[in-house]
Amino acid sequence: MRSKTVFQQEFKIKGGDFVNAGESSCKIRNILKEIGIDADIVRRLAIIAYEAEMNVVLYARHGAMYLFVYPDKILLKIKDMGQGIENIDLAMRPGYSTATEEIREMGFGAGMGLPNIKKNADVFKITSKVGKGTALEIIINLNGKNG
Amino acid sequence: MEKRKIKLSDIVKSFDLKVECSKNSLDREIEGGYAGDLLSDVMAHSKKGDIWITLQGHPNIVAVAILKELAGIIIINGREPEQETIKKAEAEGLPIMTSDLPMFELVGKLYESGVSGLR
Repeated sequence: MRSKTVFQQEFKIKGGDFVNAGESSCKIRNILKEIGIDADIVRRLAIIAYEAEMNVVLYARHGAMYLFVYPDKILLKIKDMGQGIENIDLAMRPGYSTATEEIREMGFGAGMGLPNIKKNADVFKITSKVGKGTALEIIINLNGKNG
Repeated sequence: MEKRKIKLSDIVKSFDLKVECSKNSLDREIEGGYAGDLLSDVMAHSKKGDIWITLQGHPNIVAVAILKELAGIIIINGREPEQETIKKAEAEGLPIMTSDLPMFELVGKLYESGVSGLR
């Protein structure tokens, strides 16, 4: 039986928009706090959403995050239209990054984004097509810790 | 014995920090400290209530501080935050301060005054 959706929302992300980068993640965090999700889970989701959102801003033309809250889990999907990832194994390696020098100087592109997402997720799925884009599917189990 | 709580206003005074925005939030207590310029590192390792010391001044630092519920940000080396950064931080009530000191000196002074990275 598929569990009922408690809440769902879409957040659009614009590639290259450094001024508003992070705002969707802040909204997601506020929503989860408001629903009464456990503080530790909100903290993990905030890291995941931020890293995923920044990846879209840094490497894609545009994309979106989709937040689904179920009674027993939170599902976060991120899809972008962008350059895609050529070698996912390499992209998952801590410290590996294709970021430009300019982006690194801003403190991004440390090669920690995807590893940080995986570390904080219970389920982590990534698919990517070079020249098309990347899709992430993240699940965090609530284990009754949904306030 | 319980340690005395240090507030943002205390360190502003002690270390001659310039307050760039959110002057009304300076009575916040500092629970710890984190220093770093890599945003993913700060996202991964800073803790709620930390004062964050960095040289970054672009608007994205505000999102990081809000997401991690940090007490405030100190930008070092006499660097100035961008106007957009100040605007965003002011809207969120997040204090941003600046110091002419290099990171090593400022972190050392904060540590000496009782702010620790571990807890």
